[in-house]
Amino acid sequence: MRFVPVTCEQRERMLASIGVPSVDALFAPIPDEARLGRPIALPDGLSEVELAAELEALAAQDVSGLVSFAGGGCYDHYVPAIVDAGGSKPAFCTAYPPYQPEVSQGTLQAIYEYQSMVCALTGMDVANASVYDGATALAEAALMAARVTRRERVVVSGAVHPEWREVLRTYARGGTIEVVEMPVFDGVTDLDALGGLAEGAAAVIVASPNFFGCIEDVRAACACAHDAGALAVVAVNPIMLGVMEGPGALGADIVVGEGQPLGNPVSFGGPGLGIFAAREQFLRQMPGRIVGRTVDVDGRPGFVLTMQTREQHIRREKATSNICSNHSLNALAAAVYLAAVGSRGLAGIARACLAKARYLHDALLQTGRFEPFSSAPFAHEFALRYLGDVASMQAALLKRGYLAGVDAGRIDDGLARVVIFAVTEKRTKAQIDAFVEEVASL
Amino acid sequence: MSEVAARRDLGRLIFETGAPESACVEPPELDVPDVDPASAFGDAVRQSPLMLPHVTEGEIARHYERLARLNFGVDTGFYPLGSCTMKHNPKIAERACRLDGFAGIHPYQPEETVQGALRLMHGLQEALAELSGLPAVTLQPAAGAHGELAGLLVIRAYHESRGDARRRVLIPDSAHGTNPATVAMCGYEVTQVPSDERGGVDVAALRDALGPDVAAIMLTNPNTLGLFDENVMEVTRLVHEAGALAYYDGANLNAIMGKVRPGDMGFDAVHINLHKTFGTPHGGGGPGAGPVCVTQALAEFLPDPVVAKEGDRFSFVRPARSIGRLRSFSGNFGVLVRAYAYIRGVGGDGLAEVSEQAVLSANYLMARLKGVYDLPYDRSCMHEFVLSAARLRRAHGVRTLDIAKRLLDFGVHPPTVYFPLIVDEALMIEPTETESLETLDAFADAMLAIAREAERDPELLHGAPYTTPVRRLDEARAVKEPDLAWRPRTPDAHEEA
Ligand SMILES: Cc1ncc(COP(=O)(O)O)c(C=O)c1O
Repeated sequence: MRFVPVTCEQRERMLASIGVPSVDALFAPIPDEARLGRPIALPDGLSEVELAAELEALAAQDVSGLVSFAGGGCYDHYVPAIVDAGGSKPAFCTAYPPYQPEVSQGTLQAIYEYQSMVCALTGMDVANASVYDGATALAEAALMAARVTRRERVVVSGAVHPEWREVLRTYARGGTIEVVEMPVFDGVTDLDALGGLAEGAAAVIVASPNFFGCIEDVRAACACAHDAGALAVVAVNPIMLGVMEGPGALGADIVVGEGQPLGNPVSFGGPGLGIFAAREQFLRQMPGRIVGRTVDVDGRPGFVLTMQTREQHIRREKATSNICSNHSLNALAAAVYLAAVGSRGLAGIARACLAKARYLHDALLQTGRFEPFSSAPFAHEFALRYLGDVASMQAALLKRGYLAGVDAGRIDDGLARVVIFAVTEKRTKAQIDAFVEEVASL
Repeated sequence: MSEVAARRDLGRLIFETGAPESACVEPPELDVPDVDPASAFGDAVRQSPLMLPHVTEGEIARHYERLARLNFGVDTGFYPLGSCTMKHNPKIAERACRLDGFAGIHPYQPEETVQGALRLMHGLQEALAELSGLPAVTLQPAAGAHGELAGLLVIRAYHESRGDARRRVLIPDSAHGTNPATVAMCGYEVTQVPSDERGGVDVAALRDALGPDVAAIMLTNPNTLGLFDENVMEVTRLVHEAGALAYYDGANLNAIMGKVRPGDMGFDAVHINLHKTFGTPHGGGGPGAGPVCVTQALAEFLPDPVVAKEGDRFSFVRPARSIGRLRSFSGNFGVLVRAYAYIRGVGGDGLAEVSEQAVLSANYLMARLKGVYDLPYDRSCMHEFVLSAARLRRAHGVRTLDIAKRLLDFGVHPPTVYFPLIVDEALMIEPTETESLETLDAFADAMLAIAREAERDPELLHGAPYTTPVRRLDEARAVKEPDLAWRPRTPDAHEEA
């Protein structure tokens, strides 16, 4: 495929007007010793027909269309048709950051609305235009808390997704923060053990629902954080906020989350959407772009990127983050999704996930193949301990068309035999019943 | 008519559309016993009312169609935003990433069920290794800046593994803001290195800045002036002699494919912005992807995971002394699919042509504009070039911002402005290879016409733009009276409760 419209004859004219004999002359500054001196060793290009066939063949090597009970931070929710229709328009897709607001009102207003919806969901005052994913949002929150409190130690619950905790530790390699983990008891953060750990900390970080799907006592965790002068950081699942209280009302200072469930496909885990919101008093320490509403010279309403003195292109090494490109298009999909489902729809979807998760949970326990992992209440996802070999159970069910949960032992060595099941509104009772029957027959 | 419609409801929010009882998507009928959230969650159940929009599908369709009409993308018109590489985004790539075998697979599926995805990722790793001249690749970083973080943490881990604590990173004064910001996130200090009179790294200053506490240099080449640093081999040699490593910001890789590779210039680590060089859409600000390629010596420190091939089977592996994960799962897969499609479609021969044409088009525009606008470094450029409006400012009081705004009236997206910081009143112009000569000429004509307007009628430019849906926006007010989220005007009664 070729996307170059300039013709050979035009090339010659362009060279003549530049005053060089050949295109090669323009590359003269490249030192000889470094030159490649051979063609690029990649296959020649393909026609669109050939390329389409190759890509379809690759995609066909993957097994899709499974009846999925897998979550673990990436969820198989229904994506309404309007999300793709509204969110993938070329005028959104092929634009860059709205640095020229006069011709970027579409992106800017959509992001302002997204920020508004995130604030509504989380109960926070301000939200940014997105960061990369939930895990990086969590790491950015820890760095922000360290700046706000001028402290270094962040205390993260051991019930936060293991990959998110690992990302936090990777971000800590620069030495700007130190990460300490809170123990887990019965599937939830052991808040009794928190007191001492929180002392002198920059942040206390919990997720609710947590990695095991369990609901944490967010109010108590926030109170512990505040008693110790730390910020309370809470990670959420945005769908469950349809029926769960926004952490803002429970005392959180920063709320982060993975926004993929809002209208974005599972797509092998990326791109996701990093939700990031905070109390207004911390606005100037927030990472990432923020859109504000203002007026133009004629008094017409309009939107701009604002509070930019926090950002790398102005503040350089003193910036609140190095983030430049974010996940704007995923934020747009989330906004279209939330507009499409509305408050009642989101509550209904969350409630359906809750009811179906409970139904599957009880039915799986009845098979006698599992034992409980936790007695804490759970939302759309739950953990059970399998009484056999998890890998062979999952392999057998895969053959029958099921993704039988997430093998937590594969993600965290300490969680051998723990399987985490997620149930979205897409799963029907018939599918759940059939799945449970297969499990029972193993 | 449609333009009129788009402008009529300017600023009207989706929250202000529709009736309270309207809805678009209803949840399915519950087919299992209901569970009362209050009994399940106790204290954690939602009590505050949730204020999301309530609109029909038709209203959503019109709302976003209206917003789209207020936007400017590459599909709208010429978008010479320097450093950002706003080239055409192939449509086949958009279709490919939506194939069910790509969009519908879960990151925790067993590896034997995602061999197509892993094969694609492995193929992309190999292509990037060939183009960068560096053998080991991670596809994990979500953007260029995230790649910088990965690369610098890898470099840090490498030094630490040798018991070699180093503290500073050198950065040229022309560098992109993400470079120094990344250095700070990695716990290093920035030492700025000045540019010489040809726009490259001042080698004498570099010698002075180097020392046993320098961990790395971060360099963009061609740099943000669009100039190829002729001393690059000496720069990387000096850096290595000081025991430091050389990091290459690959935002401008699109200029040199088929000509020279970062690895062959002596760099140890490079990030590549797939959303620039490989035509994946910028999405109004992302998502992109910022894979990192490194030398064999750094390979064992790469983030977890990388894709390995054994016989005919592909799998994720954790490098031996990995710095760990930088994000959840393995990468911005949807973006990786698009970049892979681009590379396969265009091919090795086509990629070389991409760089040649990008450089030719930039030099052509530069030749057409340099007499009228100042060219601070008068030498042939690579894929972009930086002009200065300093003279117009002194003579007529017209600033770069005015020129940028006036371009909007010509139906063109303005270049990058006020960057790089070392050029006064900078206009950074990157035409890309996917623009026709006609488009390039129309842009040059517009720039020349604006320069004439600046002489004759500077006020005209101060007031521009005139034809856009909104005109200049009050940014000071946006900062002074922050309005960052819509809130219902009449707070609901239970909100206090
Ligand atoms: C030279 C340079 N370096 C780094 C970046 C950062 O890339 P990203 O926006 O993908 O994080 C950019 C992009 O704007 C750039 O132009």
